[in-house]
Amino acid sequence: MQKIGVFVCWCGSNIAATVDVKRVAEALSHENGVVYSTDYQYMCSEAGQNLIKDAIKTHGLTGVVVCSCSPRMHENTFRKACALAGINPYMVEIANIREQCSWIHKDMVQATAKAIILGKAAIAKVHLNAPLTAGTSPVKKRALVIGGGIAGIQTALDIAEAGFEVDIVEKKPTIGGKMSQIDKTFPTLDCAACILTPKMVDVAQNELINIYSYSEVSAVKGFVGNFTVTIKKKARYVKEDVCTGCGLCTEKCPQKKVPNEFNLGMDNRRAIYIPFAQAVPKVATIDPEYCTKLKTGKCGVCEKVCTAKAIDYNQKDEFIEREYGAIVVATGFNPIDLKDYDEYAYSQSPDVVTSLEFERITNAAGPTAGKLLRPSDGKHPHTIVFVQCVGSRDTSGCGKPYCSKICCMYTAKHAMLTREKYPDTEVYVFYIDVRTPGKSFDEFYRRAVEEYGVHYIKGMVGKVAPEGDKLMVQASDLIANEQLNIAADMVVLAAAIEPDKSARPLATMLTASMDTNDFFTEAHPKLRPVESPTAGVFLSGACQGPKDIPETVSQASAAASKVIGLLVKDHLTCNPCVAESNELMCNGCSACEKVCPYGAITYIDKEFRMPDRTTLVRRVASVNPAVCQGCGACTVACPSGAMDLKGFSNNQIMAEVDAICK
Amino acid sequence: MQVNNEFRPTIVAFCCNWCSYAGADLAGTNRATYPADVKIIRVPCSCRVNPMFILRAFQRGADGVILCGCHPGDCHYTSGNYYARRRMTMLFSMLDYLGIERERTRVEWVSAAEGAKFAATMNEFVATVTKLGENKRLEDLRCKN
Amino acid sequence: MTELQMKEQVLRMSGVDPLKCMRCGKCSGTCPSYDEMEYHPHEFVYMVEKGQISKLMASDSIYKCLSCMACVERCPRGVEPGKLVEAIRLLAVRRQGANHLKPDDIPAMLDEDLPQQAIVTAFRKYTK
Repeated sequence: MQKIGVFVCWCGSNIAATVDVKRVAEALSHENGVVYSTDYQYMCSEAGQNLIKDAIKTHGLTGVVVCSCSPRMHENTFRKACALAGINPYMVEIANIREQCSWIHKDMVQATAKAIILGKAAIAKVHLNAPLTAGTSPVKKRALVIGGGIAGIQTALDIAEAGFEVDIVEKKPTIGGKMSQIDKTFPTLDCAACILTPKMVDVAQNELINIYSYSEVSAVKGFVGNFTVTIKKKARYVKEDVCTGCGLCTEKCPQKKVPNEFNLGMDNRRAIYIPFAQAVPKVATIDPEYCTKLKTGKCGVCEKVCTAKAIDYNQKDEFIEREYGAIVVATGFNPIDLKDYDEYAYSQSPDVVTSLEFERITNAAGPTAGKLLRPSDGKHPHTIVFVQCVGSRDTSGCGKPYCSKICCMYTAKHAMLTREKYPDTEVYVFYIDVRTPGKSFDEFYRRAVEEYGVHYIKGMVGKVAPEGDKLMVQASDLIANEQLNIAADMVVLAAAIEPDKSARPLATMLTASMDTNDFFTEAHPKLRPVESPTAGVFLSGACQGPKDIPETVSQASAAASKVIGLLVKDHLTCNPCVAESNELMCNGCSACEKVCPYGAITYIDKEFRMPDRTTLVRRVASVNPAVCQGCGACTVACPSGAMDLKGFSNNQIMAEVDAICK
Repeated sequence: MQVNNEFRPTIVAFCCNWCSYAGADLAGTNRATYPADVKIIRVPCSCRVNPMFILRAFQRGADGVILCGCHPGDCHYTSGNYYARRRMTMLFSMLDYLGIERERTRVEWVSAAEGAKFAATMNEFVATVTKLGENKRLEDLRCKN
Repeated sequence: MTELQMKEQVLRMSGVDPLKCMRCGKCSGTCPSYDEMEYHPHEFVYMVEKGQISKLMASDSIYKCLSCMACVERCPRGVEPGKLVEAIRLLAVRRQGANHLKPDDIPAMLDEDLPQQAIVTAFRKYTK
């Protein structure tokens, strides 16, 4: 029989104004098992907690019921207080008489009656409470970073800095991500390669960082501290450890007509290639879709020219299994496909380009060697129209409902750089709103207007029609209230950005949640912005929402600090309210195993001693308490009633039901 | 419970810890009122609610039972609310067969941000059950007084 | 009818929510009849929101609109300005007596350069 103490809180007047706390304490004192019942102004205060502690000691309480605010508020406070007084923290139950009673009811008689019933339900539950001890699970001291863009690079470097091993999985042949394709960075206009490539080299040289390039995550098992990840290393037909990156094969390969994805298909590369000069790892990769040798068996030029003997046409996809304590998602973004925006003639004219394509055109390593030339005829354009919000802030169905955040700034950058290098070029920017919150961002945009004479026009482009070698741009100028018709040489579309397509299947593997736009959701939008709701999975960069480089880097470092905070621990405390199988009742039907979303239930063959001294081997369910999150799905699925949830057992909930319905 | 000859139903609400219980707390924080007849039982997830609990509630004299969980797709445990939805669909049709009106049972999705929805749902549910009157069908008369 | 009642009627008839408009002006950017109109598609949305229906009803713009629905097609927020124009035109047409035209007067009022609504509508309907 439990000896229960009941503590009714006034919460100043929050509870006491509508609930007669004295009456509640008095009524509950007559309940079965209650040996002490009192009320106090602020139970959560130091004095209130001491009141509980003293009562536990003087009355030898084994269970505590606190009638107060929501358990979401102070359950932990009272549990800690009770633990200090020497009883198990899970012997505490809270009756929520503030949020779910005093604050919603005005009538004192009714509210008091309800408070008494809620108190009785909590007492009924405490009678059946059992002391619970939180288990621990070890932490594997290695982190996995999925995605090798600037977000992944920064996270990996910061984790390695703290002395932990990090693996980066990158699906492309090189790390670097989108930032490696960018020419200059706003608002300081330093060259992206100059600040990114040293970091890439740092990653390559860091002994604690291991890069799995041209690889993908194919399976994730386990839980915080103990993930087991299967990494698929795609066959690149080149021995990574042997290739010196000399690049001779990429010059000799006879297959010259392969669209170069690094330059967004604006020029060609060979079938064996190194994406760009500063690639890390600097290793050639054979594109099996175009390689003549792999397709027809005839060629083998690269093998002949390779002095290092690195070519291996028989290489197969390889699966590697590694263990990690934490996983960081840094899968990044892509510009959207503009096929649904044909009013801008993107598919009709090569001179209508996306901003990322424009970035490559202006880049010294790009298809035009940095000269601003039209893709169609290689002539210098004299009128360029930039269109912002193409597919962003679009609720009509073909675009994205959110603001892509970075377009205002990079468009200002493009416009400014164009005017700086080619003052004879007229630049128009059509905007809906110019959004430049950020350090030195608005000053940057104003410089484009005031110093560089970029024409910013409030209004949207209605359509772009190719006419001869011109692009006729029809747009509205909302401030002048007129319609403009501009004969442009080039049109640059600031396409909305969206999460990488690989994010959705990855989220399923990680059981991490996503919003309707496929951005990963954070555990709390304000207070836990770099953690996913799934323990041990962290978010870095644009996979969580549109972000520019400074923001991405700060989030990457934040995610790294969270990972380090996890990896320094030797053990993690688990939630003790987990499922438990009564092996004597379990009939081994597997119903629970099928409903468990965490794979926490396995079946084991166990020996049972029978009454007649024989042994019997039976198949029974076994719950891994470190994996179980305590949802209780299995308890209801179990046909024999063998499965129960600690802290929320069938008997406890039933006792609450009885107390309420009496 | 009969007070002044006015029928006051007994309503049991099962709320999942992550969404609906927080939604109920928010209703309180916003001082959105609903009748005191509703008593909430906290469960970790809507899928923790065994159909047995609901039968027990009706047996012990509850007049209505409502189960609140996270919106589809938002379950803290990824899929618990889908299990709950299926189980309750089965249970409610069985209860209907037994003569317990459909209106006495309900599954509702309430997020942690929907305090107003929680209060509105409870007001409406209590009104519906009050109109139906006392539940006598499954009640175990031995449990009375 | 007061302006407010007229606004409510226009909203009911068109099913348009002008509050969804983010004032990007793509409707006016895409409008082929822009130069003919006194009030342009984006102004229709804004003026309906402000409740200036009679001003729009009195304007020629409601007849200059070709009902080509390019604005409806391209609006990124799904506001559908063309439907507002139609609703206001209908409101004017329904106002018996106030603008009752005699059939004989119509030929003189037609604009040679402007395609007739019926033709544009037919194109729209039968080319899809």
